Amino acid sequence: MKLFKTMLLAGAATALAAPALAQDGGGVSDDAVKIGMLLDMSGPYSALDGQGSVVAVQMAIDEMGGEIDGKTIELMTADHQNKADIGSNLARQWSDQNNIDLILGGANSGVGIALQEVTSEKNIAYINNGAATAALTNENCAPETGLHWTYDTDALANGTAVAMVKEGNDSWYFITADYAFGHKLEENAMEAVKANGGTVTGNVRAPFPTQDFSSFLLQAQGSGAKVIGLANAGTDTQNSVKQAQEFGIVQGGQKVASLLLFLTDVEALGLDAAQGLTLTTGFYWDQDDKAREWSAKFEEKHGAKPTMVQAGMYSSALNYLKAVKETGTDEAKAVVAKLKEMPIEDAFSRNGRVREDGLMVHDMFLAQVKTPDESEGKWDYYNIVRTIPGDDAFRSLEDGSCAAVKG
Amino acid sequence: MSQSNPHSAGELSHLADEESEHRTPLLADLRLWAVIGIAFLLIAPHFIYPVMIAKVLCFALFAAAFNLLLGFAGLLSFGHAAFFGFSAYVTGYCLQTLGFTAELGILAGTATGALLGLLIGALAIRRQGIYFAMITLALSQMVYFVCLQAPFTGGEDGLQGVPRRPLFGVVDMTSNINVYYLVLAIFCFGIFIIYRTVHSPFGQVLKSIRENEDRAISLGYDADRYKLLAFVLSAALAGLAGSTKVMIFQLASLTDVQWQMSGEVVLMAVLGGIGTMLGPILGATIIITLQNELAQIGSLTTIVQGAVFVVCVLLFRRGIVGELSHRWNRWRGRSDETTGEEPRTASKG
Amino acid sequence: MAFFDIPLPVFMGQLLIGLINGAFYAVLSLGLALIFGLLNIVNFAHGALYMVGAFVAFLLLDIAGIGYWPALLLAPVIVGLFGIVIERLLLRPLAELDHLYGLLLTFGLALLLEGAFRHFYGVSGERYAIPDALQGVFNLGFMFLPVYRAWVIVASLIVCIATWLLIEKTRLGATMRAAVENADLVRAFGVNVPLLVTVTYGFGVALAAFAGVLAAPIYSVNPLMGSNIIIVVFAIVVIGGLGSIKGAIVSGFLLGVCEGLTRVFWPEASNIVIFVVMAIVLIVRPAGLFGKAA
Repeated sequence: MKLFKTMLLAGAATALAAPALAQDGGGVSDDAVKIGMLLDMSGPYSALDGQGSVVAVQMAIDEMGGEIDGKTIELMTADHQNKADIGSNLARQWSDQNNIDLILGGANSGVGIALQEVTSEKNIAYINNGAATAALTNENCAPETGLHWTYDTDALANGTAVAMVKEGNDSWYFITADYAFGHKLEENAMEAVKANGGTVTGNVRAPFPTQDFSSFLLQAQGSGAKVIGLANAGTDTQNSVKQAQEFGIVQGGQKVASLLLFLTDVEALGLDAAQGLTLTTGFYWDQDDKAREWSAKFEEKHGAKPTMVQAGMYSSALNYLKAVKETGTDEAKAVVAKLKEMPIEDAFSRNGRVREDGLMVHDMFLAQVKTPDESEGKWDYYNIVRTIPGDDAFRSLEDGSCAAVKG
Repeated sequence: MSQSNPHSAGELSHLADEESEHRTPLLADLRLWAVIGIAFLLIAPHFIYPVMIAKVLCFALFAAAFNLLLGFAGLLSFGHAAFFGFSAYVTGYCLQTLGFTAELGILAGTATGALLGLLIGALAIRRQGIYFAMITLALSQMVYFVCLQAPFTGGEDGLQGVPRRPLFGVVDMTSNINVYYLVLAIFCFGIFIIYRTVHSPFGQVLKSIRENEDRAISLGYDADRYKLLAFVLSAALAGLAGSTKVMIFQLASLTDVQWQMSGEVVLMAVLGGIGTMLGPILGATIIITLQNELAQIGSLTTIVQGAVFVVCVLLFRRGIVGELSHRWNRWRGRSDETTGEEPRTASKG
Repeated sequence: MAFFDIPLPVFMGQLLIGLINGAFYAVLSLGLALIFGLLNIVNFAHGALYMVGAFVAFLLLDIAGIGYWPALLLAPVIVGLFGIVIERLLLRPLAELDHLYGLLLTFGLALLLEGAFRHFYGVSGERYAIPDALQGVFNLGFMFLPVYRAWVIVASLIVCIATWLLIEKTRLGATMRAAVENADLVRAFGVNVPLLVTVTYGFGVALAAFAGVLAAPIYSVNPLMGSNIIIVVFAIVVIGGLGSIKGAIVSGFLLGVCEGLTRVFWPEASNIVIFVVMAIVLIVRPAGLFGKAA
């Protein structure tokens, strides 16, 4: 035991003497711009994120010629497995050992918030694509390093819910995934419904994940609301939409509103089950020529059209690299400050700009899933109903709650 | 249609532990290993990423705590994630919201582990063997759903950015290195407790209950009380490991309360060697390293872990450490002793 | 949500839906109970094999164009044969050891199977259409009952009752019951007990696959579908009494209904209620509702 104590003391002494981490000066550190992607490679979101996101970011890197003023661009990827601890562990490791400059990804609210914490502590640029929670630019904001790119719960609610209320679907019942993401989406959607003169007749929280939504759907049916709002994602959405059809809810005159729906969900559901759904998306491959052209290239490499998350990945990587090129440094705060000055306009983004709180405000699209007759083939799934200008889609800075910006 | 086998509880751990009885040369080695190990661990963070080793130590303690129950009391718990994960939440909450200092937060987590262990244990020790395993599994799944829905756990998001508050309010804990040495100290403390427990009269009674519960009862031991005590101790140490993990990663999440985590800790103990002191530590090291290496492809981790499980159970039931010491004993037995090795098929009770 | 606010239609609907879930629980726990009865192994891979059953149906359609009705028979046969291979190659060597080894081995197997399907198919789920003959809904007045769900109740009831009759009323069943009580004695009568064990495992596993095919059109065919349900089924088997056929069937349906009712009154607790029941049963009647006292 004595030996043990001595050793412990010795250890403590060495610990105190450990050298502090060297600070970055200006310029590009280690002669390379290092991008790390933390993705869902095998989980519920792997279809909408996953390998497709890697392909998208690689396209952005190729577009820059693989280097910035002679400094190579390095790309690392890893699977966060939808676990916040795995994600933040990898981020810390990349920071401590690889001196990473940018982290992309985090398509899971839990992982997304964890990465925001780590990157702001370690002074790494962080751009989230895929986590829905608006907390990333509100309660948990880190505007000097962390940006939220593709969409958030506010935009989803303001798009789909508002549009449907205005069409006269003014009473809502929510089926909500019972965790923070679902709660936030439900909260935002309820606000939007009420603000536009609608009423909320009730809500039910479904465990996450749920295979069988029949009993929740039955309650929604019994509520008599005109619209059943689904505040869930991924397989939950697929199951609930499919089962709503099965139980004759649509035939019974009620509408189903899926607040978060991805192209890959529609692909998995099939148009028979998904037709007529109203949705809000940050990107659709067929939205205009620029998107079509890029998406065709993407499909060639990946074998599927890009989801909004994958397109957002491309856009965020491309703009980050441009900002590095212009500032001549890969120091996080400098690059993020530059990004906030640049207009964001590319294959993904229309009228985009990065706001002080880290939110990338850009046009969103209100869309409706086509009927099987309307669709001209695979991936031809959406009718774009209208464009929602960024300022209408996202919560205004004044209404937000990012402490760092509000002072 | 059938009855459960009331005396099957102890057999799983029979094998490995019989070794430790006539493992005199290796026992001497154990001390040597401890010294070498601690010496290595003291300097390790200067050339290996400290967070990584801290994580390994944390899981090694968890596996050792689990092994205390399986290896020495013969109870296979399939719900240890409940203690590990729930304690993590409590520690996280204490540090983040209540502003506890590091040691108080960890203490609170450990106490929670013990309390939860008392609750679950009291229910689970009513049955043995497979029933025991399934009851612990089901009850831990209940804890999981409570964690998913309780207001203080942050649901799916978990507790993020838990502050590394100073130890005793004075020693700074913000650097990885400092946290590492705290974890190392806790690890040594936990292993020391386990070592002392196993080699105490209490540990002997546990073993005798494991070998033959009826006989132990007829000798006047209150078997249920001993088992419950062992359960609580194991749960408390698992809770300690979980609390420590919060200090390392600054978060508590659902991952740690899921039943897959319970399976993982079983795997660590089985791979390293049930009923040995070093086994769970080695097992945890291998599994965590493996996870880290395979992090690129999540599904591959699951496949490899499943395969390791199957191979272990079919070919390596003693685990790595158990197998090595078994061979060592046999080799020694052949060279300087003439006693033959008895066949070691665990018979049905 | 107060008790008296629940309209009768919703209440009746939930009862019915609970019954449908109970049908899946019953078929799965029946297989588990059979296997436990003869092998004394808690088959942790049961959930994974249920998932494999659904995948086999999906692959039969996707690759060979074989539809739902043949798959309902073929998938259990294929998975059952796979189970026989598992029993012969992996479980047989463990037969004489502590039964907990069987639990550990099948746990590893579950990880392997799940990981493999995740690796190749991801987890977003594959579609499997409801067969044409079972499309549509019955209007019961208080709710729309999809024809397919009604079919699930009928099909699983048939399978459960047939299995029960097989065990209780046939010679083969009598031999099986005898083998459970005393394997050596049965062997002395010239019965090939190892073969009986193998066949039982294959049959239990086939039941899981059957449930998988039944589930495929309702839920997406998903590599994780088994891991979500298996723990619940474990609890149900404990409640019914490990190894009790009748217990497995009755408590399967009963707890499905119980879960459905909880969804009406307190949805957040619906995941927990079965475990709470399990805890109560263990305190009041440790051997389970239908189990013999140990």
